[in-house]
Amino acid sequence: MSIWEYANPKRFMQTSGVLLPWVGWAAAICLVVGLGWGFFLTPEDYKQGSTVKIIYVHVPAALMAINAWFMMLVTSLIWIVRRHHVSALAAKAAAPVGATFTLVALITGAVWGQPMWGTWWAWDPRLTSFLILFLFYLGYIALWEAIENPDTAADLTSILCLVGSVFAVLSRYAVLFWNQGLHQGASLSMDRQEHVADVFYQPLLISIAGFVLLFVALVLLRTRTEIRRRRMTALLARERLA
Amino acid sequence: MIALLRRDLALAVRSGGGFLLGLAFFLILTVLVPFGVGPEGGILSRIAGGILWVGALLSCLLSLDRIFQLDYEDGSLELLATAPLPLEAVAAVKAVAHWLTTGLPLSLAAPLLGLLLNIDAAAEPWLFASLLAGTPTLSLLGTFGAALTVGLRRGGLLLSLLVLPLYVPTLIFGAEAVHRGAAGLDAATPLLLVVGITLFSVAILPFATAMALRMNLR
Repeated sequence: MSIWEYANPKRFMQTSGVLLPWVGWAAAICLVVGLGWGFFLTPEDYKQGSTVKIIYVHVPAALMAINAWFMMLVTSLIWIVRRHHVSALAAKAAAPVGATFTLVALITGAVWGQPMWGTWWAWDPRLTSFLILFLFYLGYIALWEAIENPDTAADLTSILCLVGSVFAVLSRYAVLFWNQGLHQGASLSMDRQEHVADVFYQPLLISIAGFVLLFVALVLLRTRTEIRRRRMTALLARERLA
Repeated sequence: MIALLRRDLALAVRSGGGFLLGLAFFLILTVLVPFGVGPEGGILSRIAGGILWVGALLSCLLSLDRIFQLDYEDGSLELLATAPLPLEAVAAVKAVAHWLTTGLPLSLAAPLLGLLLNIDAAAEPWLFASLLAGTPTLSLLGTFGAALTVGLRRGGLLLSLLVLPLYVPTLIFGAEAVHRGAAGLDAATPLLLVVGITLFSVAILPFATAMALRMNLR
């Protein structure tokens, strides 16, 4: 029993079909509990008022925006090395989800920045690198859409993802060099005591879990759709030949 | 390799002025900017470094889709792929040819155009040096993007969408070197970072380009 068995689309469909409702419902419950707790049951911040509650959407979305790209990087590598189709399709399925999370993080950030910093947008390192990440997502999705042969598309987007990752990381640090920012440091950290107060912390963790599960559910669902679409194309092609 | 380089250079120079097009575009862009922001010398000299860098970047984009497209259409790319010369070397030569016909002339022209934008005299050497060090990366990344989109009929727009985000680090460090040079600060750090990115690109990107080409030709 190894993880590579799921490279078989049939095995993947079986397992993910069983898993999907569980992950979906867990995501729904976590999101309802985390966001409900965060929005209605936490005190308002003494300086930021109720705007502090944007954190329950902003931080998880930003976290998942980066992790989605990382997942695409790993699945692209697996596709290049071992050529498992499910892996390439999972990368394809994750890209629009990741792009949406990036957009959500940018928009909630703007909504939060307006009352707090007095501006919708500042060329702050974190904001700028997220915008660049969003552009990378757009290019990646556009390349998938543009190429007709699915295997060539998977190959080329994987290469783009690898090279893009390197330059995205370079941009991240280049931007730090370029401008000092308004954005605060990390909200969450394992070892230091600098993260947000406990009343905000616990619902935030649940929201993050909810976003992670939501991402997994969406990617599973979209990968299953892609596999079905691939099968349908194959069936149609076979019928045309017969 | 030398023969291929000479062939590409000859093609670039002789085929309908594609070689001068990038330079002319660069010139027009620099002329247009003062109309947009007004003729005050103070503003112009502040933004000159950034404008020239962005202009160089856009001029590089213009000729990117020609790198592989014609060779792909008339079949000479297949010949190159089956030739004894490794495809990585072909990719590197293509990038060098592109740099010699765009990056190098742009770097040489930029200090002159800087005069039009009232650039600080102290920034001129940094402008030249940073462009000279940074434009090879632009050509290499552009060759990579061109290899990704070579099979597509209308790849030009997609190519810019793919390549421009990759240009960000080079642009940041390059423009920063010019700004620091103008302000009399130490500009060596960003310049060295530009050189670092270029060396890194030289080491990595020909291989990625060759991989993408092989996938497209399969």
